Amino acid sequence: MREITYEEATLEAIQEAFRRDPRTIHLSTDLYAELQDEFGAERIRVTPIAENSFVGAAIGLAGSGFRTVANIRMATFGFVAMDQMINHAAKIHYMFGGQAKFPILYRMTVGAGISAAAEHSVSPYPMYMNAPGLKIILPSTPYDAKGLFKTALRDMNPVVSFEHVALGGMKGEVPEEEYFVPFGQASVRREGSDVTVVALAKMVYEALEAARELADEGISLEVIDPRTLVPLDRKTIFESVWKTGRLVVVDEACQTCGAAAEIVALVTSNTATFGRLKAAPARVCGLDVPIPFSPPMEKFAVPDKAKIIEAVREVLKS
Amino acid sequence: MENQTLIELYTTMLTIRRFEERVAAEFYAGNLFGFVHSYIGQEAIATGVCRHLGPEDRIVSHHRGHGHCIAKGADLKRMMAEIQGKKTGYCKGKGGSMHIADFSIGMLGADGIVGAGLPIATGAALAAKLEGEGKMAAVFFGDGACQEGEFHEALNLAAIWKLPLLFVCENNHYGVNTAREYSLAADEIIRMPKAYHIPTQAIHGNDVEAVHRAAGEAVAALRGGDGPYFLECETYRWHKHFLSDVLEDLRPREEIESWAQKCPIAAFEAKLIKRGVLTRADLERIDAEVLREVEEAYQYALDSPYPEPEDALEDVYAS
Repeated sequence: MREITYEEATLEAIQEAFRRDPRTIHLSTDLYAELQDEFGAERIRVTPIAENSFVGAAIGLAGSGFRTVANIRMATFGFVAMDQMINHAAKIHYMFGGQAKFPILYRMTVGAGISAAAEHSVSPYPMYMNAPGLKIILPSTPYDAKGLFKTALRDMNPVVSFEHVALGGMKGEVPEEEYFVPFGQASVRREGSDVTVVALAKMVYEALEAARELADEGISLEVIDPRTLVPLDRKTIFESVWKTGRLVVVDEACQTCGAAAEIVALVTSNTATFGRLKAAPARVCGLDVPIPFSPPMEKFAVPDKAKIIEAVREVLKS
Repeated sequence: MENQTLIELYTTMLTIRRFEERVAAEFYAGNLFGFVHSYIGQEAIATGVCRHLGPEDRIVSHHRGHGHCIAKGADLKRMMAEIQGKKTGYCKGKGGSMHIADFSIGMLGADGIVGAGLPIATGAALAAKLEGEGKMAAVFFGDGACQEGEFHEALNLAAIWKLPLLFVCENNHYGVNTAREYSLAADEIIRMPKAYHIPTQAIHGNDVEAVHRAAGEAVAALRGGDGPYFLECETYRWHKHFLSDVLEDLRPREEIESWAQKCPIAAFEAKLIKRGVLTRADLERIDAEVLREVEEAYQYALDSPYPEPEDALEDVYAS
């Protein structure tokens, strides 16, 4: 199968959506020349550096029967647009009694690892999980990036895509023919029997490396990538925990009130699943600090293979 | 202006007034709940502007939004039902007074965050521009919104993209109890849109004919593709920021009374009689008809059921 990058995969999905539906608009502070060449400057628009206004403009477009892709670039700029995102995009369908639909794909990059310091290394998707009305996708492979985008661009809700900054250039197999990756369907990246490791975004790769290393010792990890956080595929996670009895959740976002906390809470507050646990679940998350600039500190602040292995050994003790 | 237009303007203003009077009376009688922001005193603005708009033109309103809904042609029954929190309301009871919308007539919603309707309206105006055929959008906001960053972002975006967006600033001089003179450094609001090269007019917002005339000029320019237009309409709200037994009204008493003398409806009534457009008997007939409609709307809402508690789970996501 052909291989393309994660970024190219997202672009393909957008191109296909724009060819299919002329009432689809692209807003971003940066020029997407390849899109503008094909679809023109009326539809592929460069915005002023005014995130709140173009995040809001996407809502007005949606309320007027258009679909919008609004690329916020880095998630740190997403905070500038929190009024429109949380007060409006998330609530407006509900607040107006469902009388209009708001098909919008908001994109932003997340994650540390490029010495971008505290503001530009954030992973704030757990905050957005706390705003009912948004769907949240977290693609970790080129295949999923395209497939989830394809689904997002048919969905009639605001969908927020969080794309790890280290994954954009990653190559992977992407079919030429059309396909969709449904929301709420996790991917079991590696089957195993001893410990369930739920890993998000770039952490999927750290977890897979940990699994390969531990396999040499005869420890079998099952690595699950939820792919979408809202909706979240609880069933796949629960079934895996029933099988292994042990759970480690790995996420680069800060630990407090994070997606990992939610997943652990779901598992432990489900009586059937709780009864199958052989050890207390563990979280391997970003430290509760702003991401520091200097590489030794930055590396220390986020999870990696070694920290995952350490957590796995801990849950295997009991 | 044709007599028929004058009569329609009068009737719309009176409908807003009678609707809001009933809402206020019921609120203070303890029959309504939540935050209710009365539009009384500002009726001429929504009325004069919306008279130029068709159902295909979209508007975005603000927290004081009942007047815009009525002027755009919303159903009084479904409005009252929403204000009462009933299942038959525009938002099935999920929005209330502050969040009435009717997308079928281009009313994209009232919005409780000051200034937040402005970016949304730029999207509606971009949609209108892309759809062509002279379509346009209008956004209503107060002097308070002019203090928000979103105001400047929307002016800039509308200007650089030449969006067919009519900015309608309802300058009622106060954000809750804080005077505009204190909270806004620009001595004239229209200096701000002018800085973005947006054509402006500052008018007496209690004179419905002046609003109608200025809006007509603005709308003609907008539909012709000239880009955005800004109207500053000076006005005054009669009630407190929202209807409340506890919120204080700290505005000067003599100022409140002087503006009550500039009632947009009474002034227009006197003109219509003087010009022979309507007689006293006509006015009474119109008033009786309007009061009957308001009464019907209130009764419809009263007779409507409340939502089921579990209805709270519906409409979080669209299918």
